[in-house]
Amino acid sequence: MGKAELPLHAPGTKTDRGYIGQSVPRPNAARLLQGRGAFVDDLRFPRLSHVVFFRSPYAHARIKQLEFKKARIAKGVIGVFSGREISEFCTPWVAVLGHLKGIKSPPQYAVAIDRACWQGEAVAAVVAETRAQAEDAAALIEADWEELPAVTDMEASLQGTEVIHKELGDNICFARRHDTGGVDEAFAQADAVVEETYGFGRHTGVCLEGRSILADYNAAEHSLTVYHSTQAPHMMQDIFSRHLGIPEASVRVIAKDVGGSYGIKVHVYPDEMATAALSVMLRRPVKFVADRLESFLTDIHAREHKVRIRIAVKKSGEILAFDLDDLTAIGPYSVYPRTSGIEGNQVVNLTGGPYKHQKYRGKLNVVFTNKNVTCQYRAVGHPIAVALTEGIVDKAAAALKMDPAEFRRRNLIPDDAYPYTFPSGVKFEQLSHHKCLDLLLEKMNYRKMREEQIQLRKKNIYRGIGLAAMIEVTNPSPAFYGVGGARISAQDGATLRLEPTGMVTVLCSVTEQGQGTEAVLAQIAASAVGVSLEKIRVITGDTGVTPYGGGTWASRGAGIGGEAVLQAGRALLSNILEIASRILSVEKETLALESDFIVNKLTRERKMPLEELGRVAYFRPDTLPMNFQSELTVTRHYTPREYGFTFTNGIQASYVEVDTDTGFVKLLKHWCVEDSGTVINPMLVDEQLRGGVAQGIGAALFEECLYSPEGQMLNGNMADYLVPMAGEMPDIVCAHIETPTRQSQLGAKGVGEAGTAGAPGAVMNAINDALSPFQASVTTMPFTPERILKALGKCP
Amino acid sequence: MEHAVDITLTVNGTTVSRRVEARQHLVDFLRDELGLTGSHVGCEHGVCGACTVRVEGAIVRGCLMLAVQANGCRVETVEGLSDTRELARLQKAFHERNALQCGFCTPGMLLAAQDLILSSTKPSREEIRQHISGNYCRCTGYQAIVDAIEEVTRG
Amino acid sequence: MKAPAFAYAKPASLGEALELLARPGAKALAGGQSLIPSLNMRLSSPELLVDIGGLKELQGISLKKDLLSIGALTTHAQLEESSDVKTHVPLLAQAVPHVAHAAIRNRGTIGGSLALADPAAEYPAVAVALQAVLTLKSRSGERKIEAPGFFKGLFETDLKPGELLTAVEFPLAKPSDKHAFLELTRRHGDYAIVGLAACNDRFVFLGAGSTPTLFSFKGDLQSARTKLKESLHPNPDLYHSAAAKLHLAGVLLERAWNTLSTSR
Repeated sequence: MGKAELPLHAPGTKTDRGYIGQSVPRPNAARLLQGRGAFVDDLRFPRLSHVVFFRSPYAHARIKQLEFKKARIAKGVIGVFSGREISEFCTPWVAVLGHLKGIKSPPQYAVAIDRACWQGEAVAAVVAETRAQAEDAAALIEADWEELPAVTDMEASLQGTEVIHKELGDNICFARRHDTGGVDEAFAQADAVVEETYGFGRHTGVCLEGRSILADYNAAEHSLTVYHSTQAPHMMQDIFSRHLGIPEASVRVIAKDVGGSYGIKVHVYPDEMATAALSVMLRRPVKFVADRLESFLTDIHAREHKVRIRIAVKKSGEILAFDLDDLTAIGPYSVYPRTSGIEGNQVVNLTGGPYKHQKYRGKLNVVFTNKNVTCQYRAVGHPIAVALTEGIVDKAAAALKMDPAEFRRRNLIPDDAYPYTFPSGVKFEQLSHHKCLDLLLEKMNYRKMREEQIQLRKKNIYRGIGLAAMIEVTNPSPAFYGVGGARISAQDGATLRLEPTGMVTVLCSVTEQGQGTEAVLAQIAASAVGVSLEKIRVITGDTGVTPYGGGTWASRGAGIGGEAVLQAGRALLSNILEIASRILSVEKETLALESDFIVNKLTRERKMPLEELGRVAYFRPDTLPMNFQSELTVTRHYTPREYGFTFTNGIQASYVEVDTDTGFVKLLKHWCVEDSGTVINPMLVDEQLRGGVAQGIGAALFEECLYSPEGQMLNGNMADYLVPMAGEMPDIVCAHIETPTRQSQLGAKGVGEAGTAGAPGAVMNAINDALSPFQASVTTMPFTPERILKALGKCP
Repeated sequence: MEHAVDITLTVNGTTVSRRVEARQHLVDFLRDELGLTGSHVGCEHGVCGACTVRVEGAIVRGCLMLAVQANGCRVETVEGLSDTRELARLQKAFHERNALQCGFCTPGMLLAAQDLILSSTKPSREEIRQHISGNYCRCTGYQAIVDAIEEVTRG
Repeated sequence: MKAPAFAYAKPASLGEALELLARPGAKALAGGQSLIPSLNMRLSSPELLVDIGGLKELQGISLKKDLLSIGALTTHAQLEESSDVKTHVPLLAQAVPHVAHAAIRNRGTIGGSLALADPAAEYPAVAVALQAVLTLKSRSGERKIEAPGFFKGLFETDLKPGELLTAVEFPLAKPSDKHAFLELTRRHGDYAIVGLAACNDRFVFLGAGSTPTLFSFKGDLQSARTKLKESLHPNPDLYHSAAAKLHLAGVLLERAWNTLSTSR
């Protein structure tokens, strides 16, 4: 076992890991601190025009007639376009993948033709010289609608009295059944069976920077450059190319600064495709920035589930089986290209994850509704799977009158049981549940907290402690999307180039949305090559410049992109030392590169500054041996192969106080112990965990996209949709265990989503722990004061 | 009655004159007319704080003020306050503690934080949280921001 | 979302302002903290915005013999900083920090808040609790009206077309007066779910009806809580049923009563 192939340099020395493991501040944060970043809406172009979309006010309606006459002659208007006109420049898509057996969805167009299927779906586009003028003109469009019945209730959708897409026969996008067998027998043998139905409110990402795209078509070249706030530029390059009919390498997608994404901006949005099509049609740059109101209506939503779960346990505390029935409501289309079946699929894959039971049955139904579309949002199915598992585990522990930490200890997969195949079929390389539990309980001073809780209850102060153990999918292989036919790359590449002055430019296909990708890549590059961090410059997010790759999502940036950088860095170092050996006329093996100097490996005597080597290699190759060619630009790629997903593990705890008069929950503190393999920058990892936890807290207490039965979104603005603000968030204690993956030299797993995965379950368990003296519990998120008051019987 | 109005104001120490539509809000004016894209637009209903700028020394929501209302006023944005180095200590603390990730909330957050620092001696963490409770950050979970502000107020 | 086009005028005098406000489609712009968001969201489209921000007549806080006169253009921040408000109208001083956040308080005005009459706003409830007197001016003259009569319905006041709220007068607090201001919000600075401005036996709820709802506290706490259930008819909001709001109002009633009973 042990660490993956670090050390990088002389083992046991101060420099053996280079910058890996250091909390260095992010070099690319400096411009953001001065407001000198480059977000899409900051960019200026000649003849830049703006598009505004005329959107359906109905959840489901036939477009009988659209009249553009008045809109067309409004001030500043360049054109007004219907879905049919745009479809001549942009082909439709169907979001299904081969490995989700039976998944179905109808074709979706960039701008709807004939029928709108959710409130907010675009049915016409107005392009004008300014956004304000385009909005003025959109207000002059006359539309004649025939309202159709809207399907908004998930159970009604499943029943199928009203079918949204008649040609599909029913409203089931995707269904899945997983059964290990022996489940009923396990339940029959149980000493206790606990059952609960949990509800999860639909919610959304609320990125502070709205979705933004600026498409610039060059008619002379039949080429398209797209400045796009996206996580996956190469994926978008492929999609723009295929759907707009432009040769792939004539499409360049550039993601500069992205103002938050969390998965929201990794999907294909019809209005963004329309924007690109309009640039082609109008032969000039067209920009679209989703404003806040349309963001709420059209940014993907996620996590609307109703799940019945049962657990079978012996009185020893041993879990025998889980049985799960998950019903989830998506929008009227599966979202392209990743499909809207993945979230539910993950719930089936991951429920029960940390535990060593053998029997499992999971049933899933993913149904269409006439609400906004849904798709992958940070942590995807994990928040649901973890809350279900940890919620029912706490209930089982209570039924057996066992301490929740002890119950978990008896059931967590032992730390030496790996590799391990889980009852849902997923495989774990190496996890550390017990080490993490130990560290958590120590950090919290769990015993003391339990004692304090008892004392405070006597004073009518009701505090609760909630635990949530979890597993987390990171660094996915092609098993996630590629095998299903998606042109989504699971491999990534890094090019490292030594500049003449001894600086190193890193071009890498994973991307940055603020998590610190570029800092992490810089640390790895500097460490692998042997230069100081200030010498590194990183470029990501440009399909014209970087190697081909997948971008950042599913917590893959550090583990996959980082590994490509590490390998390229080592190869570059080797090439540098080749040149150095020629210049110095010594054996290559006697040399090393340390802090920008070629040194003697043993004596550490400095032989030559790197900039001198650069000067010779680039400007004086005539002084090098005749048949020798310097190669100071090196590219390496990396694909995780051995495991479908590189699982990580962690455990969180939430400490709350419930005001039983008002139902208000005060978050006192939160802990997160995480094992994400090799930690490259502890500060950035902690901050990913904290940001993720805050998002999970949002889901648990505050956030829900509320819809009327007619499919109208009721709270689609920042005043009514409640996102967590600073006043209500707790301090979050983070700690790490490092179990590197052996699939790479770097050993880094992913960590970007772990906070979000575990926080809702931990908070739910804490609230229910606080309410336990009242035999009250809550099961439907978000846990509003009203839901808590109802559980307490204080209001009907 | 005019739909467009001539205004003259001082922005980051420089006097500018423009003819603006009455309906254009201040942050759009700063971004589109003056190219000062450091202040961001996040909601246009005054809730998220991304557009926070300083007018006559007081922080305001740039989306809730019309450019015409700033006629004759002294306006300061994150770019100006960076160049005068008024924000330097905060920016250093933010940088070292990673109190920003995507950076979109950062200019507004810095303006709000500086407002607290100018008006208070040693605010508690609770007071810091309350003062920035009108600035939405989705990335950080706020703790690093509170830590950074606390460090500057103690230093 | 960009506001629809409108004309703009900035009168130099109150007289000029009143002339302009008499025009159809004219709306007063003071702090703009409620008007501008509604314009940005295209929820309203006035023909003409009359910027009254420069009118000296509407500014200033002046202490009179037995009242404190506050100009309608006084910002929340100015109220917060005023020692006269702290000393003489402590209930108002207690309410101010609950208004949104600092950046909003620097621009929003007391006149704007009272004239908008949002059922969840703080000042209307305070004005009713203290029986403040509002001064309304128009081209035809001036009138005064007591706060309870000013708030008529949901976002509806007694302001007639062409009228402008110019000042609000609060009686000075007596040493024997007892005050409490309480508000329940999910997040700091949010609109209240339900709130309570209490002065002696005048308990005025905000967020529990279309207008500030006066409840006269008589008898003991038990009987008051029972009577409250009969007299308060809150509207549900997005997250709370009427029953939940009623329950929360009862909790605030008790908490205010505790504060008032123990304060000196």
